[in-house]
Amino acid sequence: MRDASPAKAYALHIAVVALLFVLNFVLPDYHQGLFARIMALAVFAMGYNLLFGYVGLLSLGHAMFFSAGLYGAGLTVYHLGWGVPEAFVAGVACGALLALVIGLLALRTSGVAFMIGTMMFAQVFYLLILYFAAWTGGDQGLVIQQASRVVTVGGDALDLTDPTVRYMSALALFAVVLLITLALVRSRFGRVLVAIRENEERTKMLGYDTGANKLAAVVASGAVCAASGAAYALLFGYVGSSFASVQYSILPLLWVLLGGAATTLGPLIGTLFMYYVTDITSGFTSAYLLIVGVALILLVLFFPKGVLGSIRQRWLGWLP
Amino acid sequence: MKPLLTTKGLSRQFGGLRAVDGVDFALMPGEIRAIIGPNGAGKTTFVSLLSGRVRPSSGTIVFDGADITAMPAYKRVRLGVAYTFQITSVFANLTAFDNVALPVQRTLTDGRTKGQVRTGVMAALERTGLAERAGTLAAHLSYGHQRLLEVAMGLALRPRLLILDEPTQGLADSEIDNFITLVREIAKDATVLLIEHNMPVVMQLADRITVFNSGKILAEGTPDEIRADTQVQDAYLGATHG
Repeated sequence: MRDASPAKAYALHIAVVALLFVLNFVLPDYHQGLFARIMALAVFAMGYNLLFGYVGLLSLGHAMFFSAGLYGAGLTVYHLGWGVPEAFVAGVACGALLALVIGLLALRTSGVAFMIGTMMFAQVFYLLILYFAAWTGGDQGLVIQQASRVVTVGGDALDLTDPTVRYMSALALFAVVLLITLALVRSRFGRVLVAIRENEERTKMLGYDTGANKLAAVVASGAVCAASGAAYALLFGYVGSSFASVQYSILPLLWVLLGGAATTLGPLIGTLFMYYVTDITSGFTSAYLLIVGVALILLVLFFPKGVLGSIRQRWLGWLP
Repeated sequence: MKPLLTTKGLSRQFGGLRAVDGVDFALMPGEIRAIIGPNGAGKTTFVSLLSGRVRPSSGTIVFDGADITAMPAYKRVRLGVAYTFQITSVFANLTAFDNVALPVQRTLTDGRTKGQVRTGVMAALERTGLAERAGTLAAHLSYGHQRLLEVAMGLALRPRLLILDEPTQGLADSEIDNFITLVREIAKDATVLLIEHNMPVVMQLADRITVFNSGKILAEGTPDEIRADTQVQDAYLGATHG
């Protein structure tokens, strides 16, 4: 597991980021846009993985953290006219704060009760968005105008609606979160999180306040998911309640399971795979969900630990 | 000399069952104390109360002059009360290295030790003879080695009081000899409290023995005194006497 190959692991992750960088110049327009979206959402999956993969806490309410970031950034731009960087920070802060509160409440439970608890809180959050339609735009959502999505860096104006700027912004966020995740899971904190997943009782008897560690993990996970939501609002200019629906709590779970829980690169692979299977099959038939379903079943049969999880188990034990 | 640990009127009820019933107990620093007694005598419940895994119904526990009765288990560990489980509960999906790294980094964080995680881990693994298996998943270790890993984890916590719950259970005779040597080593800088069924081990290791029966202390003394105690023979050793 965590053996003496940090250099190898960091090299692999930097290579992945470099590959994504090069793809910007190679990919056709349509796929360039799709990749930007996938990278922004892979951050959501990475945030989810932090809690589900490493700590073993299965939440069914992470849509609320994603949409806390989405609305935290979107509403401050829309109503208060905030700039992009401030709005992004506001989004992340909203997610972290919400995660702190939800964590304090939901962590009183575990297992199935934790799943149901988080799901209920997420539904409350979803309904609140609909209830306050005067500010949130309700189920119609809000469109953030292009003029509000320009960042001035030095003397230059960076327009986030420009495909390359958008792609690079998504990549920057993805790369930062990826490297933070890698450092985190290799840290002492990461080791404690895995220990809690494996045997919480034992971890306590080694002197660890497992409750505090779990809360820290929920907040970190919530903040990362909110960063994804905030970036999504700012890069794609739309804030809508569908992102707070239960579907967006299930999706990150699916992405992480597909790519490999408790692997650093699994979330990207899972998100990429799901997006492209859906994209390709919906080009052929309106019954594309059927094909997606079959693909999922095959994956679970042959890669029960997700793509990267199974590869790590069979061939590459050093994968983080 | 002041005792390292004392309990007064310590009790724990499970429903109508008084698993531990008003126990007054004192442990001197540096001794090796064995707790023996028939099944269901309350031995494991008693040490669980000491480690904080189970809350007492009444009574007090004092460790090194401080009342720790209401202290959560993880804080007691940081004070130096380490507990190794009766049922082996190493982290099966982690390597031996990572298993020991957890207690090592704990003592580093608490400032009770200095240096690198790796150095501390390898020292604990070497002391238990597991250094060559540092990279092996705990699940792939033999049962005897898993028990040793459990002890290595306890050691790495730098305990002042190490509680061992049936440490030799399931060990082969050859492994038991090594184990006795190991416990004597540990006792050089820690107090050891062990629950043990293997009488030869108890007689060889223990400075004093406490005999539990029905949640109460039936007798306490040196191995020779306990061996000669007719009450103990009746309750536990099963010997017939005139």
